[in-house]
Parts: sequence; C-alpha cells; structure tokens
Amino acid sequence: MTSKQKKSLYRIITAAVIFFPLLIAEHTGRLDELPVIIRFAVFLVPYLIVGFDVLHKAVINISHGQVFDESFLMMIATFGAFGVKEYEEAVAVMLFYQIGELFQSYAVGKSRQSISELMDMAPEYANLEDEEGIHEVEPDDVEVGSTIVIKPGERVPLDGEVIEGSSMLDTSALTGEAVQRRIGVGEPIYSGCINGEGTLKVVTTKEYDDSTVARILELVENAGEKKAKVENFITRFAKYYTPIVTFAAVALVLLGPVISGGGLASVSVWLLRACTFLVVSCPCALVISVPLGFFGGIGAASRQGILVKGSNYLELMSRVDTFVFDKTGTLTKGEFRVTKVIGQEEDNTGDTAGMATGFSKEEILYYAAHAEGYSTHPIAASIRKAYSEQGKNTEEGFPDLSGVEGVTEEAGHGISAVVDGKPVLVGNSRLLKAHGISFKECGEYGTVVYLAVDNVYAGVIVISDTVKDGAAEAVKHIREAGGRSIMLTGDREEAAGHIASELKIDEYYAQLLPADKVARVEELLSNKKDGKYLAFSGDGINDAPVLARADIGIAMGAMGSDAAIEAADIVLMDDDVGKIGTLIRIAGRTMNIVKQNIVFAIGVKVLVLLLSAAGIANMWAAVFADVGVCVLAILNSMRMLRDGADKA
Amino acid sequence: MKKKFKLEDLDCANCAAKMEAAIREIPGVMSASVNFLAQKMTIEAPDEMFDDIVNKAAECISKVEPDCKVVW
Repeated sequence: MTSKQKKSLYRIITAAVIFFPLLIAEHTGRLDELPVIIRFAVFLVPYLIVGFDVLHKAVINISHGQVFDESFLMMIATFGAFGVKEYEEAVAVMLFYQIGELFQSYAVGKSRQSISELMDMAPEYANLEDEEGIHEVEPDDVEVGSTIVIKPGERVPLDGEVIEGSSMLDTSALTGEAVQRRIGVGEPIYSGCINGEGTLKVVTTKEYDDSTVARILELVENAGEKKAKVENFITRFAKYYTPIVTFAAVALVLLGPVISGGGLASVSVWLLRACTFLVVSCPCALVISVPLGFFGGIGAASRQGILVKGSNYLELMSRVDTFVFDKTGTLTKGEFRVTKVIGQEEDNTGDTAGMATGFSKEEILYYAAHAEGYSTHPIAASIRKAYSEQGKNTEEGFPDLSGVEGVTEEAGHGISAVVDGKPVLVGNSRLLKAHGISFKECGEYGTVVYLAVDNVYAGVIVISDTVKDGAAEAVKHIREAGGRSIMLTGDREEAAGHIASELKIDEYYAQLLPADKVARVEELLSNKKDGKYLAFSGDGINDAPVLARADIGIAMGAMGSDAAIEAADIVLMDDDVGKIGTLIRIAGRTMNIVKQNIVFAIGVKVLVLLLSAAGIANMWAAVFADVGVCVLAILNSMRMLRDGADKA
Repeated sequence: MKKKFKLEDLDCANCAAKMEAAIREIPGVMSASVNFLAQKMTIEAPDEMFDDIVNKAAECISKVEPDCKVVW
C-alpha cells in the first residue's frame, strides 16, 4: 500500500469510528431532541474528515473549468443530501465512496504491478569488456561490436554472437517455452534469454534499442495504442454518458415533482434521487477495466511467446473463422528426415515375396548409412542423421567408414558400395530394377529409398518432410472454435494432399507460386462472411506480402527475425504452430471478460438509475454501482493478467 | 519527434481519457496518447515546437488532475 493509500485508510477509519456511534444514536432517537444545526454540525465532522480532499479537488477542478468530474458530482450529491437533511446519508455515501476509491486504487496498483512484472524481461546492465577490464554499464551505452561477458544466471542484455564459451540458454522469456537450448561459439544469441551455467563472451551485433528484448517490450507497451473497436465504443460512451446522466438528474428535480403530483412538498425527495443519479454518473468501471482486460490478454499471450501488436488484433482474432496456413515451415518442419524404415517384420501385408529375411531396422539403416557415407546428397544426410540418432557415430555426423569400399555413384539411381565385404545397393526402384533384383514397390508418401544387400532386397527407408508436433492440435482447435483451416503450398498435389489428410485440414491448394498465394488469399478475403475475419500464418520471411494482405498476419519462428516481426500483426516467437490454439483461447477469453465487464457495468448502472428514479434504490446502492462495480470489473480483468502465469 | 513521459499519480482512468483529448487539441500535436495503466504519455510533435507543446500538455494534465505530474 502506498503512503497515499494509507493516509486515506486512516481517514476512513477515523471517520467510521465517529460516524457509527452517531448512526446508532440517530436510529435510537437520541439525536431527535437536538437542534437541527447541532445535528448538522456533528455529522459534518466525519464528513469533512473523510471527504475534504474530494471537496478540495472539486473546487480546484471547477476553477479549471472541469465540471463533469467525479469529485464535483460527489460534492453536489452529498451537499444535496445535507440540503434535504439526510445527514447520515451524506456521510455514509462519502464514506463508502472513499472506501471504494481506496479499493479501486489498490486494484489499479496491483494491476500495474502485474504489468510491470510482465515487462520484467528488460536487462538492467551489461558487463562490458575493454582494455581496463570488465565493468557494468547500461545496456543502452554498449556500442555495436563491443565485447560483453555474460555470467551464469544473468540475462542476456544485447543481441550478438558468441565468441567464447558454451552454455545452456533459457529462452522462456522470449518463447514462453521452458526449454533449455545449447549455445556455443559462432552462434547468434538473443537478448532477454537467461544464461545457464557457463560464462559466455559475446560480440554485440545490435544496439540496445534494436535488440530483440527492446523491440518486444516496445511492441507490448505500444499494443495498447492500437485500440479495439470495443475500446473506441467505450471512449465514445464515456463522453456522452456523464452529461446525459447529469441532465437526467436535473430533469428529475424539475419534472419529478410535477409528474408525480407531489408538488413542492416532494422536491426534497426528488432532489435526493437526482443526487443518487450523480453518484452513478462516472463511467470509470468501463474506462479502466476494458483496456485492462485487453492488456491482460496481450500480456498472457506474450508470456506464451506470442506477441500481439494491438488490442484490435486480439479482438479480430476472436472473430477469425478462416485460418490459412503456408505448408512448408509452418505446418511442416521443412526438413527432410527418415520417417519410416520398413524391413520384413515391419511389413504387415503378409506379402513378403522376394524379400530378404532377417534384416532389422537397425541393420537397414546401418548398411544404408555406410554406403551413403561419403555422399553429400540431402537424402544421404538424412539417412546418416537417422543412423547417428542411434548414437553410433564416430565423428561429425559420419559413421566409421573403414569397412566401406568401392563406392560408385550410379547417376539418377543411387549408390553401390561394398560394406563389410557385402555388396550393397541404395537408391530408387530403378537402381534395383537395373540390377535385376526382385522387390515390392513401396506406396509410402515421400521419397522411398530401396536397399539391397548381397543382391537381395532388404527393405526400404522412407524420407519425407515431417509435420510439426503442434500442427494437428492447431487444426483441431480451429475446428472446435468453429473455424476452417486452409493450406497453401508450392508443393505438388500429391504431397499437399498427404499432409492435408494427415492433419485433417479442410481445404488445400497446391502448386502455387508466391504470387498465386496472394491472389488466393485475396479471393478468400472477398468471399468471407460479414463480421468474420481471415488469418494467415507463415514463416514471415517468404510470406511477407500475404501476411500484410490478410486481416491478421501471424508470423512464426520470429526469434531473431526483424522482417517477420515487422510484417506481422501477431508474432509467434518460436515456430510452434500449436500456439495458434493458445492464441484462439486467449483471444476468446479476453473478449469474454471485456464483454462481461461492459454488460455488468452498464447493466448495474442502468438498473440503479431506474430504481433510484423510482425511489427504490438509495445512495448506498448508487455508490456500489459506481466504485463497487469498478472494483469488481478490475478484478475480473485481472484474471486475464494472471492467465497462464502459473504455467510460464 | 516522438517521446514518452512518465506520469506520476495518475489515479483516474476517465481523467486520462480527458487529458488525451485535451492534449490532441494543442496546436502542432501530431499524435498523443495517455496510457492510464502504464502511466505514460506519448507525444509526437515537430522538433522546434516540442518543448513548448510538452509544457502545454503538462498544463492540460494538471487542469484535469491536479495531483498528476509529468516526469521529464
């Protein structure tokens, strides 16, 4: 609690201690004999104790020409209550108003604290190394090309390249993923990550303002400036709401006695009701809680490594029904690797004619990797990689090739070699045909590599682009949220169809040139339903025009890629496409909370206005409708600030 | 020039909206925003008028919320 809040609390307690005995005395009739002026005076004491700052502020604001201000309205309302001799009402309203304000200020303080914790990824210093040794400086003061030292446990202050040492990096501040990443000499290092056990020496490649962490902070901080439609609605609403309620209050005093037929005698009753109106006239609950909800949503997303560049994108995201994906690099890893090794025992068809017996997966990989040992072909590399994943490599990704001889490349077909004294053929079906070896055609998707050992067919190795772990999950989330997913690719029909059916994607378009992708997205945009939007996600490097054209462009794997961060509206720092599901959830939840707050705040206010016009609700209810609703709406929005905080 | 200023004791969200509206009315201001949650004001204005405009903005702010101060 700040000292300002404490002072306010003491005043509230003091006023309450004086007020409650007075309230009891009033209700038990003990004050009835006192002259009016004395009763006024005794209630004035707690009133002034708790409310003098409100009066002070009101007077200053009037002198500045600020009439429709909360303090002024509270002053008029309580003066009105005094005027109609409702002394306890006046004091109580001021007391509760101040309690509400205190809660509100506390809640706002808490929210601000949560926000600054969110922003807590900024590095505080850098260890600059120069002729005189190592000293701590502001990251801002480090020039490009300087050498900095990052000690164990420290936050990486600037982007650069490692020139000495190796360590594990915790990138969770950037990607939301609590995965440790190994880093060594020659590799780029991004600011905002936390260094593990090793000490690193780094040459900086960027100034602080251009470094990853500074750009992210800037983005998140400015996100509030791109306002959502709902926010603009609230701003407009707030502008008209207070004057309208105030004029309604005036109308109540003027017309109430006439319409009700109470005449002059009922003026004081209507005056009190009008005062109640004034108490409800501040739109604060909406003005605070709606932006706070959005900020919370943006914060929750950034904790998961998803940067949302503005509240408006979060709002649009909740209404996206068409998700367009680029295939390679977005839904698939874009790297070719061994996805299947089929020997005899793996073949479930029962048709093993012409197949050699006794070759296990390991043996198939062993012969293939050795025969392809010297090849630089990408297929050879992926076979060697699969073999090395069994932990049998000797050096630099190459197997021990001492038992390999007579390697000849048969152009367009494959390789023949002698491994451990046995003749081995590795290549496509034509290679085996050319050597007259009988085998069974394999119908698997991808590139199929056949292997023959001792002139007998031994098995196949299937190499293909692999689907990313989160891809199926993302498509499932989209379907559950009522959307459809569409895949665009430059690949041939067959490959596209295979991936689309594996991921259960609704539509796909294959063999597209980059320009075709833009055209296709434009066509989809022109056919979309009213009030619905289209999101495109791609890797941000090749897809910049499409990212820019879509309603929402989502760039993936953007850590360290300025172009991607620039081009997109929403940025996934790592390349986990599964985060799309998280993003849909956060956007939906944010919009729910914002809508709840709007309906709740406006609903309660209108209800209290109607009830108080009818004389059912008193000023106490009005104070609740003002500050009470505000506090509740803030608390509701703060749920978003905590979203995912326990997981990150 | 575009610059950010911290605002101290910005306590009322509605006031922040009023400040924003008032600052945008100052002649020469290209863009302005007052962020209640971050307690920050951003002003974009031509260099030669900048200091003058910031002074005027500070006046607007203290008119709306007397306690609130611009740190710069």
